[in-house]
Amino acid sequence: MSTIDYNAELIAAGAHVRSRWGAIRFFIRRYPLGAIGAAIMTLVIFAACFAPLITVYDPLSTNAAVSLAPPSAQHWLGADFMGRDVYSRIVYGARISLAVGAGSMLLGCTLGVTIGLLSGYLLGWFDLITQRVIEMMQALPLLVMALIMAAALGPSLHNTIIAIAIPLVPYVARVIRANTLSLREQPFVEAAKAIGMSETRIALRHILPNTLAPLIVLATAQLGSTILTEASLSFLGLGVPEPHPSWGRMLSESAAEYVRTAPWLVIFPGLAISLAVFGTNLLGDALRDLLDPRQRS
Amino acid sequence: MGAYLVRRFGLMLITLFGISIIIFVLLRLTPGNIADILFDAGGYVDPADKAKIMADLGLDKSLPAQYADWMGGLLTGDLGYSYQTERPALEEIAPRIPITARLAGLALSFAVLIGVPLGVLSAVRQNTRLDYLLRVISLSGLSMPAFWLGLLILMAFVRFFGTIPIYSEEPVGFWNTLLMYSVPAAAVGFRSSALMMRLTRSSMLEVLRQDYIRTARSKGASERTINYYHALKNAVLPVVTVIGIEAAFLLGGLIVTETVFNIPGVARFLVEAIRWRDYPMVQNLVMFIAVVVVVINFIIDLLYAALDPRIKFAD
Repeated sequence: MSTIDYNAELIAAGAHVRSRWGAIRFFIRRYPLGAIGAAIMTLVIFAACFAPLITVYDPLSTNAAVSLAPPSAQHWLGADFMGRDVYSRIVYGARISLAVGAGSMLLGCTLGVTIGLLSGYLLGWFDLITQRVIEMMQALPLLVMALIMAAALGPSLHNTIIAIAIPLVPYVARVIRANTLSLREQPFVEAAKAIGMSETRIALRHILPNTLAPLIVLATAQLGSTILTEASLSFLGLGVPEPHPSWGRMLSESAAEYVRTAPWLVIFPGLAISLAVFGTNLLGDALRDLLDPRQRS
Repeated sequence: MGAYLVRRFGLMLITLFGISIIIFVLLRLTPGNIADILFDAGGYVDPADKAKIMADLGLDKSLPAQYADWMGGLLTGDLGYSYQTERPALEEIAPRIPITARLAGLALSFAVLIGVPLGVLSAVRQNTRLDYLLRVISLSGLSMPAFWLGLLILMAFVRFFGTIPIYSEEPVGFWNTLLMYSVPAAAVGFRSSALMMRLTRSSMLEVLRQDYIRTARSKGASERTINYYHALKNAVLPVVTVIGIEAAFLLGGLIVTETVFNIPGVARFLVEAIRWRDYPMVQNLVMFIAVVVVVINFIIDLLYAALDPRIKFAD
C-alpha cells in the first residue's frame, strides 16, 4: 500500500506558501479570471489616484476650437462638444466612480452589517419589525429607490452616495442576518456565554469576524452594482452634478444626437464603466470561489 | 394550500401598505415642497397667495391627513392631478402602461428563450472552451450599462442600416410593432438573459451532481434523457423564482432604455415626473411599480408552490 505524501502534494499544488509573492502566484494560477479582475481594479484605482500625472489637459477646461474633435495625437480619445478632452475626463471620472461606488458600498455595508447583526443576534420584536421593513424595501427595484432618494435629496456628490447606499442596506442586512442566525448556534458562542462574556463582546469578537467572508464576497459584487447605479443616475441627470466628470453623465450629454457625428463620445465612457464593473465581477467571482465555496456558481 | 394562499395574500397587502408609507415619507425628505417651487418659479411674493396654493393642493394638512387623502384616492381610483400638465393622473398613466408592458414582456421572453438554453448548454459542456466563452459573454452582459448597450445598438443601426430605431409614433400592425419593440427589448433583455444564463448554469450543475442523476446514468438512460428530462425539470425551479426577482430588475433597466429609445412608457414617465418635481405623480408611479413587482412575486410564489410538491405539503 503506497503512502501519499500529503505535504508534498499540497506544496506542489501551491498551498502552504510562506512568501507573499508565492501567495500571489498561487492566486493567479488558481483563479486566472480573478487575477485579471484584480488587475483591472488596480488600473482603475491607479488612474483615480494619479490622474494629474497621466493626463495632459484639465478635465474641466473647455476649448471651443476643438469641439467634437475625433481621436488624434493631441486628444487621444477625442474631445466633446465643449472641447473638453475625453481622455482626461475619463481618467478623472474614475475618481468619481470609485468615490461614489466605494463610498456608497461602504456606507451601505456598514449600515447593513449593523442592522443584520443586531437583527440576527437580538431577535425578538426588533428582528420582526426590521425583517418586514427589509422585505418592503426590497420590493422596489434598486434603481427606482435610488432615483427617488436622489430626487428627494437633491443633486450633489454626497447625496448621490447616500441615495445609492440606502437601497443597498436591505440586501446586506439579509445576508448578515442569515449568517448571524447560523453562527449564534455554534458551540463556541455557547462556550463564550458559559464563561460569562457579555453579549456585546460575543457579537463583536466572535460572530462579526466569522461573517467577514460572505461580506467580502457581497461587498465586491455590490461595488459593481453601485458603480452601475451611479452611472445610471448620472445618465438620467439625477446623479453627480457638474462640474464633477462622471462617466454616466458623459454618456447622457452625448446621447442620440452625437451617435452619428461623434461615436467616440459614446464608446469610451461606456467602455470605462463596463471595464470597471467587469473587473469587480471577475474579482467577486474569484473571491467567492476562494472564501465561500458553498456559493460557487 | 388554501391557508398558504390566504397567508401570502395578506402578507402581500401588508407589504404594499408599508411600501406606500416608505414612498410617502421618502418624497417628503427635502425641506420645502412643491408650493415653494411653484411660488419661486411664478415670481409671487405675497404669502397669502402661497397659502392659497398650499390649501389648493392640500399641503397645509398634517402629514397623516395627506397620506390618508392619497390612500383614499388610490383605493377609489382617483390618483389626483399632475402638477405639470394639470390633467388627471390616471389619464397620463393609463395609455403608457401597455407600452411598457409590451416592452417588458418581450424583454423577459428574450431573456428566458436565450438565457435558459445557453445556461443548460454551458452546464452540460462544463469547463470546455464553449463554457468559458459563454461565461465571459454573460459576465460582460452583466457589466455593461443598459443605456450604453442601447446607445451602441443605435450606433450600429445608423452605421449598418442607415436608420435610427427611435420611437416616433405608435406603430400599426403586428409586425411593425414587433420590429419597433424588439430592438429596445433586446437591449434591456441582454442583461436579464445573462443573469438567467448564469443561474440556469449553476442550478443545472447543482442538479447534475445529485445521486439520482448518477442512478439514471447507471441504468442506461441516454445523455439527452438525463439532461432534459431529469436534470432540467428540477433545475428550472430556482429559475422560476429568479424570473420574479428579474421583473423588479427589468423595470430598473427599462427606465434608462426607454429614455435612450425615446419610448413613451411608464418608466420614462417616472424620470420626467421627477425632473418636473411632480411629486404626486412620482408617488403614484412608484406605487404602481411596487404593486406590479409585489403581484408578480406573489404569482411566482404560487407557481413555485404548485411546481414544488415539498412546499405544497409543508403546511
